[in-house]
Amino acid sequence: MDFELNDEQKLLRDTTKDLLTRSYDAEKRNAIIDSDPGWSAQVWKQLAEVGLLALTFSADDGGMDAGPVEIGAVMTEIGRRLAPEPVLDAVVTPGGLISEAGRAEQRSSILPGVTEGTTLLAFADQEPGIRWPATERATTAVKGHNGWTLTGIKNPVGHGATADILVVSAALPDGGVGLFLVKSDARGLVRKSYATHDGLRAAQIEFTDTPAEVLGEGGDASALIQAAQIREQAALCAEAVGAMEEALRLTTEYLKTRRQFGVPLAKFQTLTHRAADLYVSLELARSMSLYATMSLADGVVDPVIASRVKLQIGRSARLIGQEAIQMHGGIGMTAEYPVGHYVSRLVAIEHTLGSTDDHLRVLAGGVAGYEMVGAA
Amino acid sequence: MNLALTDEELAFRDEMRTFFRTKIPADIREAHARGEDLGRDRMVEVQQILNAHGLAVPHWPVEWGGKDWTPVQRHIWLDELQLASVPEPLSFNTAMVGPVIAAFGSQEQKEKFLPATANLDIWWCQGFSEPEAGSDLASLKTRAVRDGDDWVINGQKTWTTLGQHADWIFCLVRTDPDAPKRQAGISFILVDLKTPGITVRPIKLIDGGHEVNEVFFEDVRVPGENLVGEVNQGWSYAKFLLGNERTGVTQVGFSKVRLAQAKAHAAEVRVGNGTLLEDPFFAARLAELENELLALELTQLRVVASSADGKPNPASSLLKLRGSQLQQASVELLMDVAGPDSLPYDAGSDIASASWAQHSAPTYLNYRKVSIYSGSSEVQRSIIASSILGL
Repeated sequence: MDFELNDEQKLLRDTTKDLLTRSYDAEKRNAIIDSDPGWSAQVWKQLAEVGLLALTFSADDGGMDAGPVEIGAVMTEIGRRLAPEPVLDAVVTPGGLISEAGRAEQRSSILPGVTEGTTLLAFADQEPGIRWPATERATTAVKGHNGWTLTGIKNPVGHGATADILVVSAALPDGGVGLFLVKSDARGLVRKSYATHDGLRAAQIEFTDTPAEVLGEGGDASALIQAAQIREQAALCAEAVGAMEEALRLTTEYLKTRRQFGVPLAKFQTLTHRAADLYVSLELARSMSLYATMSLADGVVDPVIASRVKLQIGRSARLIGQEAIQMHGGIGMTAEYPVGHYVSRLVAIEHTLGSTDDHLRVLAGGVAGYEMVGAA
Repeated sequence: MNLALTDEELAFRDEMRTFFRTKIPADIREAHARGEDLGRDRMVEVQQILNAHGLAVPHWPVEWGGKDWTPVQRHIWLDELQLASVPEPLSFNTAMVGPVIAAFGSQEQKEKFLPATANLDIWWCQGFSEPEAGSDLASLKTRAVRDGDDWVINGQKTWTTLGQHADWIFCLVRTDPDAPKRQAGISFILVDLKTPGITVRPIKLIDGGHEVNEVFFEDVRVPGENLVGEVNQGWSYAKFLLGNERTGVTQVGFSKVRLAQAKAHAAEVRVGNGTLLEDPFFAARLAELENELLALELTQLRVVASSADGKPNPASSLLKLRGSQLQQASVELLMDVAGPDSLPYDAGSDIASASWAQHSAPTYLNYRKVSIYSGSSEVQRSIIASSILGL
């Protein structure tokens, strides 16, 4: 058992941390998320230069063959700085699907641009009115004389409006869910771009007989999609750990420096004991996030583990988020001060790929199937 | 990073699992699993079986019966022991006074006490808390005054767990009332409970049982050789001891077994057209608790994996705080599953309410203790706030 990063992974973590710390403080981030496209082209370029956009891809595709541990380490630093760059949305998740399922010419024509930061992707999967875990899609794929076309609505699609190429899930004529590639300028494609409450960007994307190319060899991709979701859930949880850690750090700093009634707030046990509970909650969340990451690294791609981890992350995120604002008082309510932005991001993560309630519902449905839960 | 146990560790786990489930009598393990009081004799029987196989005091120095195990092996040993519902070796002996004597005692003390302590030939109890010294332990008042070679002790200890079974008591006593810091005037001393002047009086608890006692000292004369280590250094030995105590109180295995029992029993309780286990509300409560326990287990594994240097980890306060919460939550769930069958108290086997169900409410009441003893949850939060968060 070893819960530590190795030296190479630590170097990666530190490189990411340095880059993002140089790039963002609260003021700079506010300026960036208030202007389009919602992230910094300069930071994006730097991320590409240090290889962070190539991490997950195989060496054959111009990537670095890194695994879930490396992704987790990077995501925690993204969470710590609330970096708005769409590493997961535009690179890791859709790129991972192309890397895994794509034909050789699809991989070689798309992935080099992605690793260089010049091609942006998005995974259009979520549909209106249906909760995770969705097993069916209302968006349909039809095969005609001139190839496949898609019809349907996807929303929300993380960073969907800026993507050059979309990976789209759709119901296949003979059952199952297929994956397709769609160019952003394809016929019958309408994108409605918006900001999300955490300052990031998303879009509703509508397809009307939109030409699409089968990803890879086609056929039912449900298992592939589920595996991609499990990896994304783990990455989001690692991001949440970074965000929670920083929210708690800001809160404890504030308790030490803010004075009321002639003393620092840290003199009030009603506050310090709640801060101690936040620490406990953070460490439980960190343990579970590591569990998700380490399981993936061991080759275990298990939706039950993903639900277990996201349940804990969701609980911790709510507690830490709400208490961080409360213990700051009025300043925590302001857009100028960072803590509220962390809380907003944590709630957004919670509502991506299954909320706390969704995951608890899944787990509760399975309790009769085993005697006890164990880590190993 | 690597979550899996090594092949050697897996083999070790199987060895422990097999030992605990074949060498410790099943009737004792089953009674313990039902929450029954085992009494002195059966606890001694179990510890002597463990000790005969070198499994009672693995964390002690090797020359006194310990094993040169890794932190992971020690964790597996305790986890498997709890999962098999084997009563743990008496913590006052193995986790508290034994390690203190081994670390700070004289050679004579080690030879006299350690083998008998490991084998539970001597049953120890703990004389720390006093009526006016609970969480604020350093305010203790029991006095020991030097008289020739002896110490003469006057005062009162309380919450003395299983003192009714005990042969000896290890005490913190005030030896220098004028010390500049209260902590600097305390010594650690070993007292034979047969010494004249000692009275042990039971305290009946809310679960109806007799688990703790008051111990009164009236001119109790103790030989000077019974003082451990240096005079007035007792506080540092007590801190050493309490550090051991806190990591042992996570009790993940105990809570896992309780949740598994709750699950098995819930599958046999009818609710409407189905079972309690099929009820979505109950299932969600159970699933949430299982998950919280998993998060604690992984956190404990992180502490275990990082404790190779042998230094106490400040995160042990987290383990005590969260471990006691989840022990309480798991016995609470078990009681709630028992429902009306939790009402009969000690009513025997002639009625329909099962033994485990009859014990569930007393156990629930009894387990309110775990967030109070060994540094209450409030004390643990203060430690986390000051030593980890710097508040």
